[in-house]
Amino acid sequence: MSDMLQQAPRAAGTASAVPKIRLRGLRKAFGAKQVLDGVDADVAAGHSLVILGGSGSGKSVTIKCILGLVQPDEGSIEVDGRDVLAMSRREREALGDRIGMLFQNGALFDSLPVWENVCFKLLAQKRITRAKARDKAAEVLAQVGLAGSVGDLSPAELSGGMQKRVALARAIAAQPDIIFFDEPTTGLDPIMGAVIDGLIVDCVKRLGATAVSITHDMASARRIGDTAAMLHKGRIVWTGPAGALGHTGNALVDQFANGEREGPIQMELRR
Amino acid sequence: MAALILDPLAALGRATLAACRTIGDVTLFALEAVSHLVRPPFYGRLFWRAFVEIAWFSLPVVALTAVFTGMVLALQSYTGFARFNAQSTIASVVVISLTRELGPVLAALMVAGRIGASFAAEIGTMRVTDQIDALTTLSTNPMKYLVAPRLLAAVIALPLLVLVADVLGVMGGWLIGTYKLGFVSAAYLKSTFDYLEADDVISGLVKAAVFGFVIALMGTWCGYRSKGGAQGVGGATTTAVVTSSILILALDYVLTEAFFAQ
Repeated sequence: MSDMLQQAPRAAGTASAVPKIRLRGLRKAFGAKQVLDGVDADVAAGHSLVILGGSGSGKSVTIKCILGLVQPDEGSIEVDGRDVLAMSRREREALGDRIGMLFQNGALFDSLPVWENVCFKLLAQKRITRAKARDKAAEVLAQVGLAGSVGDLSPAELSGGMQKRVALARAIAAQPDIIFFDEPTTGLDPIMGAVIDGLIVDCVKRLGATAVSITHDMASARRIGDTAAMLHKGRIVWTGPAGALGHTGNALVDQFANGEREGPIQMELRR
Repeated sequence: MAALILDPLAALGRATLAACRTIGDVTLFALEAVSHLVRPPFYGRLFWRAFVEIAWFSLPVVALTAVFTGMVLALQSYTGFARFNAQSTIASVVVISLTRELGPVLAALMVAGRIGASFAAEIGTMRVTDQIDALTTLSTNPMKYLVAPRLLAAVIALPLLVLVADVLGVMGGWLIGTYKLGFVSAAYLKSTFDYLEADDVISGLVKAAVFGFVIALMGTWCGYRSKGGAQGVGGATTTAVVTSSILILALDYVLTEAFFAQ
């Protein structure tokens, strides 16, 4: 499975022997519910992995474990060959400085204008002064197709699509080398979804970053992923090229990708 | 039969354990927040925003409460003390009651309703919309960014508000004393200051600082630990106001005992 995940690179020439991200035996339970039950995955540098799975299958928890927002019960997480769980707080913070994250609902800070949201990390790391942050925000907003004047608006004044773009701008502003995307097209119309996907692909390419996305949207998965992995009952049950989704020969994946009611995945419905 | 006895005991045990967990969690939360007050980076802008929100925007409600409390206190004392021909002590009763007790407690209860609820709602909304997780991914410690500045602002702002409340409360009493009850203005004021001691004011200000800490702590803790969407945020807001109000009254007794018990 690891080998498959390192195939089909979008950003060629950046792959190395040590994967950018390596997960081994990741387990996490919340009370009696075992959400992750031994997740193994490798993501090569410069590649884009899309994790698929039904609601509650543990996709978000997997990402949160890598980000350090959730502590796994067992297993290891390596970034650039270094065990993240064994890192000191300072090392962990330094790693966090290299990571960007696009949250499902944007998670923009209501109390701050757009320009401050976009440059939040740069300001927090003192890599930029407040005086220069507006210009920098305008520059990054332009990369996601927004006018600089949007910077003075409050997040509440933006449409859903604009909020996603601003969230994307915030995720890439500090030029991270790893970016996570949590359901980037959820709640958007198909055209806006395609626009956001295009921006994600452009931004990831431009930065030469490694990307991990989770989504239910098959069209989005095919557009943004080099490789797809299917998470089912807390384990990765299939990995392969994102372009093959829908005709993989794996009954679980094909049922999920084609949105079929009948198949090995049974929804727990009470009648 | 055994279940009849054991079930209530088990429920009591579970409740006790839950209470211990909560107290432990609040204590650790408070210690971590305080530790961030002495470790850089410091968020002066956020401190100032919280300070203005607490001190300036709470001023009208605290001022009105203090003025009316002073007025009622003067009127009630007069009607009560007249039975013992002790009307001349009204000014000192008003000032001592206000500075030691009513100023800090009423101001704190007003601020708990206004600011405690606001902190819990704002931070709770940030929690359920992933904004707190977003802070972490943006190289910012949420405790340092959201909690520490609010704690410090409340500890400084509450004594200032109480100082204003003390002055306005005494003025309320003076208004009723001179214009309604027929006291001579100068005599009322002289009686006010003759019996007032520095300890009366200082004890009130210390109480205010403690109450400020409690209000900010419960507001931020309830918000920080909230979950479950809008309902969770609503619950966090209610819990913040109720628990901080109860703690204010309980701590008021403890502090009074510490300051004035013989």
